[in-house]
Amino acid sequence: MTWSETLRTGWAAVRGHKLRSMLTVLGILIGIAAVILTVGLGLGTQKDVSQQISALGSNLLIVTPGSSTDSDGVRGGFGTAATLTRSDAEALASSVNAPDIGAVAPEKESSLSVEANDTNWTTTVVGTTVDWLDVRSRSVASGEFFSEEDDAAGATVAVIGATTATELFGTTNVVGQQVTIADTPFTIVGVLATAGASTDADLDDTVVIPLTTAADTVSGGLDRSSVSTIYVQAASADQLSAAYQEANQLLLNLHDITDADSADFTIASQDSLVSTATSVYRTLTVLLTGIAGLSLLVGGIGVMNIMLVSVTERTREIGLRKALGAPPWAIRRQFLVEAAVLGLAGGVLGAALGIVAALVLPGLLDTSIVVSGAAVGGSVAIALAIGLVFGVYPATRAARLAPIDALRSE
Amino acid sequence: MAELVLDRSVPGTPGTDATPVIELVGARKTYRTGSLEFEALRGVDLAIGTGEYVAIMGPSGSGKSTLMNIVGCLDVLTHGEYRLAGEDVGELDEEELADVRNRRLGFVFQQFHLLPSLPAWRNVELPLVYGRVPAAERRERAVAALERVGLGGKLDNRPGELSGGQQQRVAVARALVGEPALILADEPTGNLDSRSTEDVLALLDELHAQGRTIVLITHELEVAEHARRIVFVRDGLLQSDEVNPR
Repeated sequence: MTWSETLRTGWAAVRGHKLRSMLTVLGILIGIAAVILTVGLGLGTQKDVSQQISALGSNLLIVTPGSSTDSDGVRGGFGTAATLTRSDAEALASSVNAPDIGAVAPEKESSLSVEANDTNWTTTVVGTTVDWLDVRSRSVASGEFFSEEDDAAGATVAVIGATTATELFGTTNVVGQQVTIADTPFTIVGVLATAGASTDADLDDTVVIPLTTAADTVSGGLDRSSVSTIYVQAASADQLSAAYQEANQLLLNLHDITDADSADFTIASQDSLVSTATSVYRTLTVLLTGIAGLSLLVGGIGVMNIMLVSVTERTREIGLRKALGAPPWAIRRQFLVEAAVLGLAGGVLGAALGIVAALVLPGLLDTSIVVSGAAVGGSVAIALAIGLVFGVYPATRAARLAPIDALRSE
Repeated sequence: MAELVLDRSVPGTPGTDATPVIELVGARKTYRTGSLEFEALRGVDLAIGTGEYVAIMGPSGSGKSTLMNIVGCLDVLTHGEYRLAGEDVGELDEEELADVRNRRLGFVFQQFHLLPSLPAWRNVELPLVYGRVPAAERRERAVAALERVGLGGKLDNRPGELSGGQQQRVAVARALVGEPALILADEPTGNLDSRSTEDVLALLDELHAQGRTIVLITHELEVAEHARRIVFVRDGLLQSDEVNPR
């Protein structure tokens, strides 16, 4: 019996019991669609997270106050928020101290209410230096960024994000308008170009002011000299690790810390941020895929069940085929192919359902789903394998039937 | 093609052929169920030559069905020898037995055993499918065999669309199509009305006249009388073996 014969026979047998075959296929279909969707959801979330992190800029080291937990689980310095200062940032920016560091932008970030006319809007107010534009890979869409002189003089000028502008004024054409931050009137000198879609943190909902102004006018008090983050940009991608060493050593010296383990700051690269953030999602994805895989197992048991029914029902057919000269392997192959057809049909339909859901769901749930060719191909192959694996026992049972008994069965 | 395949114009000479189609020597078959042993065949010697038309008769429990299973290579002997067309089939494994059934035997069953989902010609070609005959030749031979049994106009009918007699004729065509050394008919008329019975028996007579070797298992004397030689089985032994005078 040739393969095409066997395929034709298997297909005819599957079609011969449409409802039964459809229900069996449904079991596999749901499992495959679930696997494709969970894998897609996991990949999509990882992609979102790494996009958000890369949207911060390129070749960045992010210095934050506090320190990482050491190997004994002891944390030092975290929450003493004033450990980083503007002078730290200035020292890092020096090409003598740190030749591998290209540019540095300290950020003094606070969430404040910004008022314009009768409207107010709570947004992230960032006090920084002129290098911020370069370091964070941003640009100004209209007007201009504040100047070094503005920063030195503590000028009350502001550069505003598109979202904030729209919320306050209903337009982004706002250069020259006034906003009030912490009871101080600011003049808008520029509007930031949009940073593109980043789902969680809206990079366009922000107001950027000179760091001096932020320290003197907005926060003041004991907190005035501290910054919340220092963005350090390596001179090039190759110099990133050298820049890390320099920044680390320099800050340890500046803070009079001899033991690197008790550093009161943390330096993270974008890569390390990405891997930390995505490792959580990766674990979740593996877990969820495992659960989806269980439903595939149940689907496989369904295939086995229906194949056993099929063998019992067709005992006489098996007997006849054997009497006419079908060797045991031909019978086994016939039933294996039938099981494989069920599995494959479930796989192909499940993949189709998964792909359709991956196209429809992101619009409804506000998450990305990445359907990879490998996930689709892999799950179709798995579905086929499930059909085959769970078909082995029924097919072997069919192949072992004695022809006389099989012929006489009613 | 049809002529070449289906008409054996050289009639066999009963009993005198050098290699008999069937040769059983001291055939014994013991069935075991738990601790119980049942001896269904207790030493049967039987030779059937090419072109013979033999009826095997006997009451139920006589061992006639066991004999048919052995002759049909559906079961193997416990003791003794069985040669089919000169080939010792006693030592063969399941796969080799399947091959022997495919090449040497054509079965006609009481319940027809046609596959209901397949059209007549697909049913007829089945033995050729397992005999690895190319598809085009299979179709040609299946059509020729159906024409031979007078069903040339029913090629594409499914078994459900045919009368009992027609179904059994399809089964006969299926038994013929592989050019077997032996046609083994197990109560072929058991499920047929008298008209269809006559019909099928007439067909077997014709096939015999063309030189086919036919073994007919039946418990009806009327049916057995179509054969040229009648073998009676009782209690696992041959009780009589005589030429039917007709």
